[in-house]
Amino acid sequence: MSAPIELKLHHTMDRPDSDNLLDRTAQGVISAPLDRPEGPLKVTGRATYADEDHPDGTVHGVLARASVARGWVVGMNTAEVRAMPGVLDVIRDPRLLRSPAQGQASRAPVQNPAEIFYVGQPVALVVAETLEQARHAALAIRPDYEAREPVATADGQPCETPPAKQATQGDLDAAMTAAAHRIDVTYTTPAMSHAAMEPHAAVASWDGDRLTVRSSNQMLKHNVAELADALGIRPGNVRILSQYVGGGFGGKLGISHEAVAAAIAARRLGRPVSVALHRRTVFEATMRRSETRQRVRLACDADGRLTGVGHEAWVSNLKGERFSEPVTQATPFTYAGENRVIGHHVARVNQTTAGSMRAPGEAVGVPVLECAMDELAEAAGIDPVELRIRNIPSEDPSTGKPFSSNRLEDCLRAGAEAFGWADRRLTGQRREGEWLIGMGMASAVRVNMLETSEATVILLADGTARVETDMTDIGTGSYAILTQIAAEALGLPMDRVTTVLGDSDLPPASGSGGSFGAASAGSAVMLAAQAIRTQLARRLGCDEAELTLKDGAAIAGNRMTPLTEVLAGDVLKGNGLIKPGKTEKTVRQATWGAQFAEVAVSALTGEVRLRRLAATFACGRILNEKTARSQCLGGMAFGIGSALTEEVMNDPRDGHFVNRDMAEYHIPANLDVPEMTVTFLPDRDPHANPMQAKGIGELACCGTAGAIMNAIHNATGIRVRDFPATVDKLLDRLP
Amino acid sequence: MRAFAYARAATPSDAIGADGRLIAGGTNLLDLMKLEIETPDRLIDVNHIGLDEIAPDGDGNGDGLRIGAMVRNADLAADDRVRRDWPLLSRALLAGASGQIRNRATTGGNLMQRTRCPYFYDLAAACNKRDPGTGCDALAGRNRNHAILGASDHCIATYPGDMAVALAALDAVVEIEGAAGTRRVPVAAFHRLPGDTPQRDTVLEPGELIRAVTLPAPTGGRQVYRKVRDRRSYAFALVSVAADVTVADGAITRAALALGGVAHRPWRDPDADALLVGRAPDGAAFAAVADAILRGARGHGDNDFKIPLARRTLIAALAEATGTDVRTAA
Ligand SMILES: Cc1cc2nc3c(=O)[nH]c(=O)nc-3n(C[C@H](O)[C@H](O)[C@H](O)COP(=O)(O)OP(=O)(O)OC[C@H]3O[C@@H](n4cnc5c(N)ncnc54)[C@H](O)[C@@H]3O)c2cc1C
Ligand code: SF4
Repeated sequence: MSAPIELKLHHTMDRPDSDNLLDRTAQGVISAPLDRPEGPLKVTGRATYADEDHPDGTVHGVLARASVARGWVVGMNTAEVRAMPGVLDVIRDPRLLRSPAQGQASRAPVQNPAEIFYVGQPVALVVAETLEQARHAALAIRPDYEAREPVATADGQPCETPPAKQATQGDLDAAMTAAAHRIDVTYTTPAMSHAAMEPHAAVASWDGDRLTVRSSNQMLKHNVAELADALGIRPGNVRILSQYVGGGFGGKLGISHEAVAAAIAARRLGRPVSVALHRRTVFEATMRRSETRQRVRLACDADGRLTGVGHEAWVSNLKGERFSEPVTQATPFTYAGENRVIGHHVARVNQTTAGSMRAPGEAVGVPVLECAMDELAEAAGIDPVELRIRNIPSEDPSTGKPFSSNRLEDCLRAGAEAFGWADRRLTGQRREGEWLIGMGMASAVRVNMLETSEATVILLADGTARVETDMTDIGTGSYAILTQIAAEALGLPMDRVTTVLGDSDLPPASGSGGSFGAASAGSAVMLAAQAIRTQLARRLGCDEAELTLKDGAAIAGNRMTPLTEVLAGDVLKGNGLIKPGKTEKTVRQATWGAQFAEVAVSALTGEVRLRRLAATFACGRILNEKTARSQCLGGMAFGIGSALTEEVMNDPRDGHFVNRDMAEYHIPANLDVPEMTVTFLPDRDPHANPMQAKGIGELACCGTAGAIMNAIHNATGIRVRDFPATVDKLLDRLP
Repeated sequence: MRAFAYARAATPSDAIGADGRLIAGGTNLLDLMKLEIETPDRLIDVNHIGLDEIAPDGDGNGDGLRIGAMVRNADLAADDRVRRDWPLLSRALLAGASGQIRNRATTGGNLMQRTRCPYFYDLAAACNKRDPGTGCDALAGRNRNHAILGASDHCIATYPGDMAVALAALDAVVEIEGAAGTRRVPVAAFHRLPGDTPQRDTVLEPGELIRAVTLPAPTGGRQVYRKVRDRRSYAFALVSVAADVTVADGAITRAALALGGVAHRPWRDPDADALLVGRAPDGAAFAAVADAILRGARGHGDNDFKIPLARRTLIAALAEATGTDVRTAA
């Protein structure tokens, strides 16, 4: 193969896109509801996940846990455990992690297994020949503690109030006093767990000073930096492979215990080491979403026009963690109102580390704001959809910046129509035998982001192409959409494009998180393909804009030439790089939606049966209607969990995670998930990125829980202000 | 998991009096062994001893049913005779676990399944059931799925299963064989109350084998199983109610109620059931029996709500079993 001829196309989003490449290409695969190219591998078990490929001689490490919530480990029966059958090593290296790294940290998280901050914190790694031996030996670890009284829960604890996270505008108190209608309510949401299907796992092996880790991670370029920093080695000596990731939801953003422990052990033993976390360890020692307490104040005039919006949040995390659930993230710009208060307070507790979980902030903040809006609608006697429409601001009311696009009203109107909102009755007016029926709705809002991302596309002499980037596919459909983008831009059928992901040796992508993955990594791929288009155009003596590529041929002027002929044995390479720029600052970017729910609530037992959910979203260009829809269905199911079933239970004495298995941490089961419909409004956002696409996966879980809670109120007249709406919260107030 | 020896029994007598722990579907025992909550030295596999038939049973007329201990939950739930004459049993089984688990789980193993108390599952916690004499961390801890009836200061755990609740209401009997011969124990008396020996879940003695469960002829009543839980499937009961109620000429002539999720065993109270006999099926009658059943109920914090929930679930089940309009029932 001749050396590839490379062209770079690097682009910073300083101006809205005016080229709109994907609307002038001809292949017709972009947006199509295509199957995932790797789907058959996954459903036949041939896609190898992190712990499914053990090099010869791999041994097994299991983490031993702290059974106290706070203090120091001052001794351990390591000699005894080392003598157990099959045990190769007991490792108490100070580089073992206290907490996984937060998303995009790019440096080591808090380390040192000797100081204990929460029950379940790893205190040592036990390595043995077999997994069973290692598990047994890890259970035999008995640390000696110098224990301290823990802060078991955030209740009544003093809070930090970071100045940068508070905001005041106008005089909310005065607005509340003067209001025709006002709401001042406090809601709570419980801690939640990502509960991804694949537990965290890593297999580490060394070749001299070079470390290779097969792991289940979402953001490889950050993970390499985090792992190298945690181990004290050069990032250049670290390679991470995460070709397939069995779900992440933010729980695998940063490097976690297993990768660091496996790397240390593999170095010491000179053998590959696998550390696959037990499901219980995933629950108690990786990440959780913080519980929240939220006070919402809303004031409006007689016509329902908001004059004041207050949203204050109390969350918790471990000492030393900078992340805190950004509950109010969308509140500053969702609704109008000239008097505003945003508050943010963080308690320090001895519980599992709090970190990002699908739509950090909006996933819990939007449902609560939307419940409060429902309360205001009722107080003001205005239809909930109408109340929202009346309060959509023409610009970001907190900053005065224009919206890149605000489709909330379109979503509300289209969604209400499709759902049959007009049939909704007043509170407590519909009953079918035992069941009280109600409808509820909520707006869905989520900020839209772009992250630096790089990709390479190679067009081989035979007219096939390869996409390369260290982007991950955490079940979202990255393989599908990146293949589609390259195929569309290069005018190739899907089966002539191969996409290689999940290898940190490839060009660094944004990674999967914050719903920015598709837009960021996708833009990089599109730019890389565009660089190849430019090269092809030059060869054909035309402008890139005059070039049509379709089915492996180039059409320029009146001539159609097969790509193989244009290439004439050459290999063309395009390198694409996208960076966020001024459009991130000059406009307010967000994605929009409206969610509608119908529930039946047993008048006898308080059981809630969700009957249907319907959502309408506007989130830029849809890259693949099928994977986009799947993302939304998953997000809505996530929202069902927040509304009805999911809750981390902590012991009141030491804060430990009590329900740390899939039998007792209740993610929705099939029966909890009813018929769901998803509608995408045609949308483009030139400020977002050159593809004019936006984030999807998180938007779908913002609002869902609010719609369900509001439907429960419409059915029963009961406001459940403590999520989730389990039977005990309804029982004593049923009609 | 600790290393253990394994032996395969070929006949029921291989399993009776054998030194070791019986393993049937393994869906409960293996989980507990992996967590080292159970640490048997030796397992006796009973998957090849037969006892896997469902056959007519009964004194002469054969209107009853004899269910072998090794009949899988999925097969029992799907059996035509069960679905026709004891639909309560079928519904209770299908309300439990998941399709995959029911394919493995056996009738004997299901009766013997252990509690889901999270502290029982936590080797670092004090638990009299797992480790007698250490205390009970559930008392002042999270006890949402704990007992409101028949508990003691030593243990407030529940028997978590569904099948046995239905069997208790249907007056089923467990057939047990030991070295000393065969004995028959009503399902309602098979599980114990915790008292000061919560480590013993049932009256089964070491070395004994459950051979079968027998069902008497159907009563002709209407059978209902109502299970309230924190999600719609694949969750243990907060409260469940099994009801078998006969109404004739506007009056209840027979009623058998059993509750699940509320005690260390399926809860039966025949004296309370008798309050229904002769009464018209209405809200007052239902409330009276529910209050009688729950008169000694006590909550422990998280699970306080189970008392009103049990009351309401009883009423809901009775309304359904008697075809009473819930608006007049509540
Ligand atoms: C996630 C999950 C959810 C579940 N949800 C439910 C639910 O909602 N409702 C419900 O009812 N159940 C539920 N189950 C429990 C399930 O029903 C039991 O695990 C199953 O019935 C046990 O049967 P088995 O044959 O697998 O027993 P095993 O695990 O093989 O054995 C359990 C016990 O029974 C003993 N044993 C087995 N057979 C005999 C015999 N013939 N004689 C004497 N002793 C015997 C064994 O020694 C052992 O102690 C759930 C289980 C899981 C894992
Ligand atoms: S309730 Fe029973 S099983 Fe639970 S901790 Fe107490 S003694 Fe153990």
